[in-house]
Amino acid sequence: MNEFELPPIDYAALAPILIMMGAAVVGVLVEAFVPRRLRHPIQLPLALLAVLAALTMVVFNADKRLITIGVIAIDGPTLFLQGGILVLSAVALLLIGERAIERGGAFVAQAAITADSPDDRRQAQRAGGAGEVYPLVTFAIGGMLIFVSANDLLTMFIALEVFSLPLYLLCALARRRRILSQEAAMKYFLLGAYASAFFLFGLALLYGFTAGLGDRPAGVDFATIHAAVANSTQSPVLLFAGMALVAIGLLFKAAAAPFHVWTPDVYQGAPTPVTGFMAACTKVAAFGALLRVFHVAFEGARWDFTPVLGVVAVLTMLVGAVFAVTQTDIKRLLAYSSIANAGYLLVGVLAPGANGLSGTMFYLVAYGFAVLAAFAVVTLVRDADGEATHLSRWAGLGRRSPLYAAVFTFILLAFAGIPLTSGFTSKFAVFGPALEGGQVWLVIAGVLTSMVLAFPYLRVVVMMWLSEPGESTPTVTVPGGLTSAALVIGVIATLVLGVAPGPLLDLASGAAEFVR
Amino acid sequence: MDEILTYAQAAPAETVSYATADGLLSSVWLLVAIPLLSAAVLLLLGRRADRWGHWLGVAAIGAAFVLGLSYFLGLRGLENKSVELSLWDFIAVGGLHVDFGLLFDPLAGVFVLLITGVGLLIHLYAVEYMAHDPGRRRFFAYFNLFVAAMLLLVLGNNYVMLYFGWEGVGLASYLLISFWYTKPAAATAGKKAFLMNRVGDAGLAIAIFIMFATLGTTQYDEVFNGVGALAGGTVLVLGLLLLLGAAGKSGQFPLQAWLPDAMEGPTPVSALIHAATMVTAGVYLIARSNIIFSVNTTLQLVVVSVGALTLVMGAIIGCAKDDIKRVLAWSTVSQIGYMFLGVGLGGAAYALAIVHLLAHGFFKANMFLGAGSVMHGMKDQVDIRRFGGLSKYMKITWLTFGAGWLAIIGMFPFSGYFSKEPIIAAAFEREGWTAWLFGGAAVLGAALTAFYMTRLFMLTFHGPKRWTTDIEHPHESPPLMTIPLILLGIGSLGAGWLLATSVPDWLTATAGLSAGEAHHDAVLPHWAIVALSLGVTVLGALLGWFLFRGGTAIEPQPAGVLVTAARKNLYTDTVNEAVFEKPGIFLTRALVYLDNRGIDGLVNGLAAGVGGGSSRLRRMQTGFVRSYATSILTGALLVVAAFLAVQAGWFA
Repeated sequence: MNEFELPPIDYAALAPILIMMGAAVVGVLVEAFVPRRLRHPIQLPLALLAVLAALTMVVFNADKRLITIGVIAIDGPTLFLQGGILVLSAVALLLIGERAIERGGAFVAQAAITADSPDDRRQAQRAGGAGEVYPLVTFAIGGMLIFVSANDLLTMFIALEVFSLPLYLLCALARRRRILSQEAAMKYFLLGAYASAFFLFGLALLYGFTAGLGDRPAGVDFATIHAAVANSTQSPVLLFAGMALVAIGLLFKAAAAPFHVWTPDVYQGAPTPVTGFMAACTKVAAFGALLRVFHVAFEGARWDFTPVLGVVAVLTMLVGAVFAVTQTDIKRLLAYSSIANAGYLLVGVLAPGANGLSGTMFYLVAYGFAVLAAFAVVTLVRDADGEATHLSRWAGLGRRSPLYAAVFTFILLAFAGIPLTSGFTSKFAVFGPALEGGQVWLVIAGVLTSMVLAFPYLRVVVMMWLSEPGESTPTVTVPGGLTSAALVIGVIATLVLGVAPGPLLDLASGAAEFVR
Repeated sequence: MDEILTYAQAAPAETVSYATADGLLSSVWLLVAIPLLSAAVLLLLGRRADRWGHWLGVAAIGAAFVLGLSYFLGLRGLENKSVELSLWDFIAVGGLHVDFGLLFDPLAGVFVLLITGVGLLIHLYAVEYMAHDPGRRRFFAYFNLFVAAMLLLVLGNNYVMLYFGWEGVGLASYLLISFWYTKPAAATAGKKAFLMNRVGDAGLAIAIFIMFATLGTTQYDEVFNGVGALAGGTVLVLGLLLLLGAAGKSGQFPLQAWLPDAMEGPTPVSALIHAATMVTAGVYLIARSNIIFSVNTTLQLVVVSVGALTLVMGAIIGCAKDDIKRVLAWSTVSQIGYMFLGVGLGGAAYALAIVHLLAHGFFKANMFLGAGSVMHGMKDQVDIRRFGGLSKYMKITWLTFGAGWLAIIGMFPFSGYFSKEPIIAAAFEREGWTAWLFGGAAVLGAALTAFYMTRLFMLTFHGPKRWTTDIEHPHESPPLMTIPLILLGIGSLGAGWLLATSVPDWLTATAGLSAGEAHHDAVLPHWAIVALSLGVTVLGALLGWFLFRGGTAIEPQPAGVLVTAARKNLYTDTVNEAVFEKPGIFLTRALVYLDNRGIDGLVNGLAAGVGGGSSRLRRMQTGFVRSYATSILTGALLVVAAFLAVQAGWFA
């Protein structure tokens, strides 16, 4: 009997993941042993430091191209997306850590207290927010880092659960409107579990499909699946059903139609900083995985999956754009906008070759900055009951606080794809390669829906600037340093990526090659 | 007919190349930067700039005008008069390369002078016109923003830059139309303008993507040099999409409905954006892309048809309107129709269209500002049935408006004669019956123009007073408003001759505009065309004078079929409503219904639940998760089925 041999491990390549997971564990310990009043001042710098350290390691690894312990692929897209996730989560952490806008922060102190009970009202007034959010966020970031680097479907599934579970919990922790928040978390959890089941079932079918390879054992790593797509003796029904089910699991996280139904409710119910985190980082992770699965594992079946996913993309753009028109709540409006953006990103996923890959990665990062800045503004517009998210309340905001209205206008123009913002360059970066790849219908659908989508954005702009402030127009709270920093980073990134996108585009195209 | 519809492909006559900018011309970016900076200062400083903000706005445009003039003169000594300035690589990834660069050539040069020159006068006028408006500083900020975007539009050296400016002017125009947002009509008009422009913008955006897909570039020179190698069908689609964009921006058929409604904005806006500059962006686009349009005769035929149809339509509707600004607006639609006719005819007529565009910029801005001056004196009324006899009270406005009137109807020797008559003559220089069709339309348009402009002039300034009771002594406007009027009036008188003798030669240095094509002899001798167009003009004007010398009824009168149709914009709005609006509303309603049932039900349910107790709320929630799950399951089944269908080869 052979002695069991451990695979060689490249710890430096795994360092970003290890750092985030380690920081999460330390965070749990801090929660357990440090006095309550010291927890927040320790947790936030800890999480931020961990993110910075992980980012440093990503930069340090920049030239690595390898597969370590068989299941983690460290290559250009992994490093770019890990870097993107880390930078965006640093900005999201600034929003999460903000405590100057609302006393105690945006999170409830003790989530277990029954909502609307006398105890609850008392804690809503006084207690500082739960420190548990920091370990939860760091766990989620760690999971996302694994998710975009996973080189087989099982690892990918585990990473999916690792980053989803903390997110379900985070959604339930809003300080205000707790019932809505808990309801959102419940829905997200149930539907998320449901979607995971599809993923798992698809994984099983694909495993069966790879069993038909004569010369190598069955497996769910991408190289094996790639080989099996080329020549497996098993029925192709297994392949296509498996591919469809795995795609559904990922499209659910990416909020593509018709698997988007959870998005508006969850975006609305979750604490706004968490919504921003989900809109920016979860999107990067989900599309990172979609890119890897479809560009590496299923590449040989490109002609088969492109029409189906193309229809999904068009449907997603349509649903997002058309429904956004009728929304009356700013968070739901941004949710539908995020759905439509998932459609544009899918166009990038379906664009073949390195240009499609780099365009999609650029889009993910650019969109992440803009959406974080948008949610940062949402946290600022408030009245006595917390955030005022109904659109009618935003009427005349331009008169009350021109600076924040101007910032929000800029972000909305970026979403609308007006030139000289990142919204324009990123749409350009995905539509161009799609056209080169001959997907003209997708680009036409994209251009037309983005024209429709411009309307709700412009409606908000007009409402802010060209209406008289009413009695109920809320004031804009002066943001604390953290939110200001997040807002400034988001706006500057949106502007810079719109005016001089060259360096990031170069970085993305330099990173646009998967290892196999 | 067959020979018209074949894709006649003619390779461009010469390769297009641009020189690199140096010396004075390397600072051409200042033209865009100065107004932009001024707009930013005005917006950021807020109320602190209220006292002097408008003068900063005027100064910025003045500086841009001086710079534009010196660049223009700087071109004289150069051998290659097309000067390119590449600022930085905007997008460079893989096969995509977009330059952030500017191009200053004679075509861009004359546009810069029009935009900054007429723009400066209108800015001056607006200082006084908006004096009592609390939002004057904001107004000037948007105004400067508009000028910056418009200059970017004409100065870009590729289609993406043009698209930047294109979106920018659309945005600024939207803000300025709805500037008086308290008027519901203004807000609606802003929306309409926005939507119709989006249709055109989508056309332009898709055209740009097609350039990428087929030529791999959007730089003007590379596109123009490569377009000869494209398949006929591709060029046709490309050109039609560009035309759609141009029609949206310039208020041409079938996207003309927004332009008259846009008159709800302040009058200087109407003068600058909706008469002199932005609406001519479509003409600029086609003139700039002349090489694309010249290689395909079908494309030219479509452009000419759009122009001819719009010019007659605008003129007919203009005859039946009673709102002074709307008459002028429909007249703008009609005059831009002449320009489209010119650019569609191709060859030497390109330059004629640009001359008419410049001349029109002067006399139409003059008349719009004149209308504003009349409104100023008449308590913001716009109904010409309630004017009359104003020539005694507003001498300067009367004289300058008269100059504009003589210019637009094309009376010798005013500017319209020199710019419009050659286009009419060129329309006759075609083969066969199309010469008669388009020439006839141009002459008919000239007659109608003379009629409705005379009607407008007579009803406003002559005849008996039909004022509303609250007006006693209309007053002339203050000097800050009349001085721009006088300058523009002089321009209306003399500019035509000056432009018609110098600009065509000057423009031949622009890429492609010199490419002469086979010359057709006109179906009529030239003197006959001149006599005909002058004759119908005099007839139309005389008819207008005869009918309206004694004023008109102050209430709407019952009218025949044609007049009723013209009053209703020839039923184009009805068609728009039936074709676009009704299905749109239906679709939205259906979606809202679904939305209420499915997703928004939660929000409504929540509101109900807060009142009705949490148990009811909980019941609703479980129901919705179930329905979401059903929706996901349905989607999943469809996706799996689709994959299996692909696998089974059903779609192959």
